[in-house]
Amino acid sequence: MANDENSIALDNGRRNFLNWFLTTTTGAFIVSVLYPLGRYLIPPKVEESTAHTVTLALKPQEVKVNSGQIFRFGSQAAILVKTEGGELKAFSASCTHLACIVQFRSDIRHIWCACHNGHFDLNGKNVEGPPPKPLEEYVVNVRGDQIVVSKRG
Amino acid sequence: MANPGSAHGKVWLWLDERIGLGDLAKLAQKKEVPLHRHSFWYYFGGMTLFLFMIQVATGILLLLYYRPSAGEAFESIQFIMTEVEFGWLVRSIHSWSANLMILAMFIHLFSALLLHAYRRPREMTWLSGGGLLGVSLAFGFTGYLLPWNELAFFATRVGTEIPGVVPVIGPFLRRLLRGGDDVTGATLTRFYGIHVAILPAIVTVVLGLHLYLVQKHGMSRPPSAENSDAAKRTMPFFPNFFLRDLVGWLCALGVLAALAAYFPAELGKKADPFQPAPIGIKPEWYFMAMFQTLKLLPSHILGIEGELLGVLGFGLVGIVLVLMPFFDRVDLGKWSRLPAIFGILLILYSIVLTYLGYTMSPTK
Repeated sequence: MANDENSIALDNGRRNFLNWFLTTTTGAFIVSVLYPLGRYLIPPKVEESTAHTVTLALKPQEVKVNSGQIFRFGSQAAILVKTEGGELKAFSASCTHLACIVQFRSDIRHIWCACHNGHFDLNGKNVEGPPPKPLEEYVVNVRGDQIVVSKRG
Repeated sequence: MANPGSAHGKVWLWLDERIGLGDLAKLAQKKEVPLHRHSFWYYFGGMTLFLFMIQVATGILLLLYYRPSAGEAFESIQFIMTEVEFGWLVRSIHSWSANLMILAMFIHLFSALLLHAYRRPREMTWLSGGGLLGVSLAFGFTGYLLPWNELAFFATRVGTEIPGVVPVIGPFLRRLLRGGDDVTGATLTRFYGIHVAILPAIVTVVLGLHLYLVQKHGMSRPPSAENSDAAKRTMPFFPNFFLRDLVGWLCALGVLAALAAYFPAELGKKADPFQPAPIGIKPEWYFMAMFQTLKLLPSHILGIEGELLGVLGFGLVGIVLVLMPFFDRVDLGKWSRLPAIFGILLILYSIVLTYLGYTMSPTK
């Protein structure tokens, strides 16, 4: 009898070991498949354009009062606005709500997002509708007949 | 028992011996459809399936000419619409059938909800149906981008920004969906792969499970039909109900052809990431209620950003809907108030918000 019990215990030991071995091997196998798969699905970081300054392809005198236009700031869209007082201002054109590209509305003198009816004043402040934050403002410098826009700080 | 094959020809017998046609025939004969005053709603599951088959067929045809890159996608669809013979028809049917399929699916969903078809033992049927709804909306969302036009571009920018507002994992999800930080050609190829390979693979499995479960449990009877002892009348599925299904499908095909001919799918302007969103921009009608909700929510509610609350709200409604079989604890054979109130409120909310979405001035 004692022999039988011993062999059962031995069997159980072997069984446990084999179960443990099989589970960890299967686990390791699954991880070795899923890890590269997961890494593959995550898009690689693309070198962001580090430009903090951009010179626009238009002259200050070409920009009409009470108008706005989209320009490229690196890989992003930005908006240049000329106020009633003739002041040039620039902001990120990506709405702070859900990232649509905003536009200038000369009828109400707001920067406006057509997607969800968000309004920003000409200081970029969110004044109406769903946007939760103001637009990021850029610094505009006029050097001779060049407009230079740069990020703050 | 007489040999069921005896009435058939040699070919049938040959096939029966090898793939078991007789078993399939028996299965088809066994299936019965309950008859009662709500039986009409049983047609919408089959209708969804039919429109899905149309989607597969026309989708495969579109693949032959479509080119999934930011430089070529728009032009290739222009080519399909103007140069390829009947290209306009194939694309218009694909686009209209997608819309009608979602509509049929919503009718199927709400009739199953209001008739309590999700109850024991059909919880898994309901859950797999919820999965199919999710997959279909994903089909709609990814397919919408493929023409690479202005509307598609902004719909995708907004749609992929939405998971981005979820705390902690949001930005990661957004990057994963977009294939980068912005909606670019990388997003287009990603959506293309999802639309023509990943979702079809998922749908094959989940739809297979859904249909198997419908077959296994048979069609559910609403509580009122369960209670009436007056002979539980049924109709054989094959051929009686199936032929009625076919009539419906034929009508749907006629409607599709008419819609495609009189209102062909539009293409609009090519996407330009450096143009403002066009005035009056709208998503597909089945996202309209959510779109309008996001439009009407103020920027902050009790210090929390409005869109975050909105997105969490949509998620919550989805969870309650999907888990309805586990919330509805009323005995079988009795009507339950919870799904009725929830379903009707949801339908009313969607109709009102969708109506507002189409009628409110876009510039107000």
